[in-house]
Amino acid sequence: MDRIIRPSRRGFLKTTALTGAALSAPTFFVRNAWAQENFCNAPTGSTVTLGFNVPQTGPYADEGADELRAYELAVEHLNGEGDGGMLNTFKPSSLKGNGILGKKVQFVTGDTQTKSDAARASARRMIEKDGAIMVSGGSSSGVAVAVQSLAQEMGVVFMCGLTHSNDTTGKDKRRYGFRHFFNAYMSGEALGVVLAEAYGKERRAYHLTADYTWGWTQEESIKNATEAQGWETVQAVRTPLGAGDFSQYLTPVLNSGADVLILNHYGNDMVNSLTQAVQFGMRDKQVNGKQFEIVVPLYSELMAEGAGANVKGIFGTSNWSWQLQDEGTKAFATSFGQKYGRPPSQAAQTCYVQALLYANAAEMAGTFYPPELIKALEGFEFDGMGNGPTLYRAEDHQCFKDVLVVQGNDAATSQYDLLKVYKVVPAADVTYDASIFGGELGPYEVAGCAA
Amino acid sequence: MDAILLQILNGLDKGGAYALIALGLTLTFGTLGIVNFAHGALFMLGAFCTVALQSVLTISTRVRDESITFFEAYKEVPYLVTWFGDTGQLIIDYVVPISVLVTIPVMLLIGILFERGLIRFFYNRPHAEQILVTFGLAIVLQEVIKVIFGANPIPVAAPPAVAGSADLGVILGLGGNLSYPWWRLIYLASSAVIISGVFAFLNLTTYGMVVRAGMADRETVQFLGINIQRRFTVVFGLAAVVAGLAGALYTPILTPNYHIGMDFLVLSFVVVVVGGMGSLPGAVAAGFLLGILQSFASLNEVKSIFPGIDQIIIYLVAVAVLLARPRGLLGRKGVMES
Repeated sequence: MDRIIRPSRRGFLKTTALTGAALSAPTFFVRNAWAQENFCNAPTGSTVTLGFNVPQTGPYADEGADELRAYELAVEHLNGEGDGGMLNTFKPSSLKGNGILGKKVQFVTGDTQTKSDAARASARRMIEKDGAIMVSGGSSSGVAVAVQSLAQEMGVVFMCGLTHSNDTTGKDKRRYGFRHFFNAYMSGEALGVVLAEAYGKERRAYHLTADYTWGWTQEESIKNATEAQGWETVQAVRTPLGAGDFSQYLTPVLNSGADVLILNHYGNDMVNSLTQAVQFGMRDKQVNGKQFEIVVPLYSELMAEGAGANVKGIFGTSNWSWQLQDEGTKAFATSFGQKYGRPPSQAAQTCYVQALLYANAAEMAGTFYPPELIKALEGFEFDGMGNGPTLYRAEDHQCFKDVLVVQGNDAATSQYDLLKVYKVVPAADVTYDASIFGGELGPYEVAGCAA
Repeated sequence: MDAILLQILNGLDKGGAYALIALGLTLTFGTLGIVNFAHGALFMLGAFCTVALQSVLTISTRVRDESITFFEAYKEVPYLVTWFGDTGQLIIDYVVPISVLVTIPVMLLIGILFERGLIRFFYNRPHAEQILVTFGLAIVLQEVIKVIFGANPIPVAAPPAVAGSADLGVILGLGGNLSYPWWRLIYLASSAVIISGVFAFLNLTTYGMVVRAGMADRETVQFLGINIQRRFTVVFGLAAVVAGLAGALYTPILTPNYHIGMDFLVLSFVVVVVGGMGSLPGAVAAGFLLGILQSFASLNEVKSIFPGIDQIIIYLVAVAVLLARPRGLLGRKGVMES
């Protein structure tokens, strides 16, 4: 007959306590390690996939195409192919030219169509279906803000492409979103001084503004900056996005007593409104005894091409120009030019740099685990990327660097030098307190798509 | 005073485009009884006749761009310029006026092909089916243009001689502050010429008289042994030409893209309804009227009282007109009424 062994009460307590400790202890010690293995799209094989979400159709498709060219070049350089471009000038760099953390980089693309919902849908597809570890790109602030909040929900880092609204790293900033491009506030600060120098302090400005997040912040920033210089704002009129024919908004300008027209438009709106303003003879007018002037606060090379000769002499700002003479710019422009037979646009440069910065942050952190990678990017200071010494500010994920004031070239020799650099405004002059635009970055740890 | 005059000009200009599209729309409706939702697409096709001609004239050879030294960059130089120098450039500069010559036969052909190939099968079908099939056709045409020319707007410039603006104040003796772009004045004049041409054709020629008789009483005209159907086919072609010309000449004002037609289509239907279904003078009058009203609604003084009024004024007027005159301004009894 078998004896039934009954555990003693003390024995039972001991065993349970030990088992409990044994069960909980490993989780307690390795919980972080477990999370680091199981975050959204943690790469397991020998490759890592990046998602490039750019406008391939719609009004900014040209810009999107140039962004994509830059990303392809960045991937090539990260994998150690080609001449290396800015990998040779970027410092301090942890990049080795063997992919990211030894994994070969591959990429998928999406089409934002410059529509927030389409951009979110294609970002989601790249994350859920294609396993993108990071998403980058875009050419509109509306899209950037929408994709950035998706990135935060899904726990995937979003490296913004071209987005200029103060909101992207202001009231709509996110822990998982990073912007290398400059913003409307910086344009205002840089341009205000130059405009007062060039056109005098007694000017009356009339604004036409695209009616969405970027236009509003652009108008506010330029208004504040020019009024600080003594200018007066006669009127600020909002125009619907994609208005096409701006004649009914332009004719009141002529009789408003304003002597400067500020076009807070971008893309096709800018091409149309500027061309039509010139057609209306505004640049040949004398008002208040002064020459009438037009200002386009945010320029892009591709839009200057669309507007052609109409941009001559007109001031604006730019994030970067291939005509700069620093080593980083030369390396990138040469590499890009040799591959594609044309110089890169500012949209291309910001996207290329963003891809490299993401890869570098992963190398610095030693992991793709987003919270660690984000910490590596926050407060990161670097140079050799074409914009001079740059800081990725931790408080709002905004890059601070020099801003270019550019002017339409009177003596352009080809479609590539329609704009010339008028002045490089140092970073210190456009730096502001992160708190002025409010917003919350949100948490490092999110449930994400792996949950 | 200047401001009011300028807004009237703006309104007339926009109204010119509305009137031209609405005129063609009413013609097809009045003759064939077809509600043609592809009419905006015909406007777009006209604009792309100009774009296509521009692409043909600027077929280019790649030449090394010497301004860039650190890599091999190329720029495009049109063959016309290589072969004929300044004369070649002059031909390219005048692409919009030249395109009128191309647009007329191309659009006439397209119009007749549409009518014979598709529209005629829908004469005796309900209006809802006509709307569906023509709307479908519009989408197909848009996508075809998108495949060929891409999604981006393609800039087309007015000839340099008329690219600037006219000093109307000086010309009319009203003071120096009144100027208006030459091309917009030309557009206004052209729309007046085209509209007069269509009216003259319908009112002063025997062909037109028969068409009008057919519009009023189709059966009686057929009993007289006239093949009215063939004439209506030609009228459909004519409507396509009018819409096409409106589009071709509009290219320097508004950079054409593949959905430019849709932007105008809805407004044109409102114009037709306000003017009165089937009434040609009504369509023209309503086109200009709504264009001017829209321009005045965009005045800052007006918008400060009614914010956003510029976006909805046309629809408000349409509601008001239909409440007061259910058949539209110049609508006749019996049209679209069973």
